[in-house]
Amino acid sequence: MTTQLRERIGAIVLEMQNISLAFGGVKALTDISFDVREHEIRAIIGPNGAGKSSMLNVINGVYTPQQGSITFAGEQFNKMNPRRAAEMGVARTFQNLALFKGMSVLDNIMTGRNLRMTSGIFAQAFRLGSAEREEIRHREFVENLIDFLEIQAYRKTPVGRLPYGLQKRVDLGRALAMEPRLLLLDEPMAGMNIEEKQDMSRFILDVNDEFGTTIVLIEHDMGVVMDISDRVVVLDYGRKIGDGTPEQVRQNEAVISAYLGVAH
Amino acid sequence: MGFFLETLFGGLMTGMLYSLIGLGFVLIFKASGVFNFAQGAMVLVAALSMARFAVWIPHWLGFQSLILANVLAFMVSAMLMFVMAWCIERLVLRHLVNQEATALLMATLGIAYFLEGLGQIAFGASVYTINVGMPKEPAFIFESVFEGGVLLNLEDLTAAAIAALLVASLALFFQFTATGRALRAVADDHQAAQSVGIPLNRIWVIVWTVAGIVALVAGIIWGSKFGVQFTLATATLRALPVVILGGLTSVPGAIIGGLIIGVGEKVSEVYLGPLVGGGIEIWFAYVLALVFLLFRPQGLFGEKIIDRV
Repeated sequence: MTTQLRERIGAIVLEMQNISLAFGGVKALTDISFDVREHEIRAIIGPNGAGKSSMLNVINGVYTPQQGSITFAGEQFNKMNPRRAAEMGVARTFQNLALFKGMSVLDNIMTGRNLRMTSGIFAQAFRLGSAEREEIRHREFVENLIDFLEIQAYRKTPVGRLPYGLQKRVDLGRALAMEPRLLLLDEPMAGMNIEEKQDMSRFILDVNDEFGTTIVLIEHDMGVVMDISDRVVVLDYGRKIGDGTPEQVRQNEAVISAYLGVAH
Repeated sequence: MGFFLETLFGGLMTGMLYSLIGLGFVLIFKASGVFNFAQGAMVLVAALSMARFAVWIPHWLGFQSLILANVLAFMVSAMLMFVMAWCIERLVLRHLVNQEATALLMATLGIAYFLEGLGQIAFGASVYTINVGMPKEPAFIFESVFEGGVLLNLEDLTAAAIAALLVASLALFFQFTATGRALRAVADDHQAAQSVGIPLNRIWVIVWTVAGIVALVAGIIWGSKFGVQFTLATATLRALPVVILGGLTSVPGAIIGGLIIGVGEKVSEVYLGPLVGGGIEIWFAYVLALVFLLFRPQGLFGEKIIDRV
């Protein structure tokens, strides 16, 4: 098992160095450094208000940290923005679903192909051959994704009408449609029942396995995290208190008192 | 009965104009969350540009054809709307991203005054006519059903057909193209749209251009019926109740709202007017909007806003 893991995981693809982020006087993140390796599943955990979502938003470029730098795929940044991140191959899902509720499942996932579409607005409006072929090619990719996520039956349903667990899957599908190099999952299992959680874990592992996508996920549910991640970062009050394999983190004193020690 | 139908049709035609102007409001509100006070000024500038270029272009190039003049004037005016959209995005919207809605609202008020002034400087302040060669003679229908038939204005009918065509092609564009999908995505959720790499700036330029072209068509129809003059900008504010009635976020709402108000105005003026001494047409739309604000603030088709407590 361990040797297999070592073969799968590659070089460092994302490196966060000394990231500090404050909102006015409130320090959300203080001097946090960690790295993410190619093809691994990296979890960020921590109690409520630990700064997990802030961390994800820093990677994604929604927040700009006051200090520190981000190195992604060999390029170093002090500042990111969501669109640039998307162009570089960072996709994300949202904790409070941010799907396009009025649009069908198919259309939602198709928006994920937007960056890969090159035909001009007039070519699209007049259905020129090139635009038509492009649309069909992307549609095929998306249909395969829909099969993969087992939501074939809901392709034409407006997303707002689907149950929560399925909406989460569409959210994942939209991110996957970008063929991301790095996939950020913000509490992918929040609010799910056991069955839905198991489904979602299976999809996450399959994505990692089949597409080789590097995944950074934030999660509240300790059990799930320990089962599926390769390495875990633990945050508490905006500071890093632990980093390592699930076994190492489990035995870390600081982690136990901050997080596992609390009745949960 | 024949007279009632005539009133009804008359109302529908005016209503369609309101719908077009209302549609401009809704498009921009959905995509950028801005209530665009400048929509009226856009109609004015578009109509002015159409009226003037249709005269200037044949003069400059030395030809007589009315159709060619109008086609060229339309293209130039559409280009102008695109340039205007680009400037508004570049100079105003871009700097106000993530600001409060009120700031954006005030900005559009500023844009409205700026456009009105610019329109006058560039095109003059006189009253102009737009002649796109719409048929002016009246037509009678249902002559076998009612005595004397029902009088219909062919010009109104052509205008309605053009408006319907415009709305239908917009609907198709929004529903079936990749750009349309991106537009709907932005209208639905900015943050999520950005996270999949949809360029907000480009989308805004497209939406304002589309709203500009809708304004242009509305301006042409209005101008060809009533002439183009400065008061057009404020007259279009009568479409405001339309979007309150239909719901600020609903395209079908704008269309149906416009028709309801157009018909309501005419029918109440003709049938109730004599009882209260007339003038209902002027306030009908506003009172209806007020009633809606009291009992159904999200409009007929708008999204109900539910705040999490």
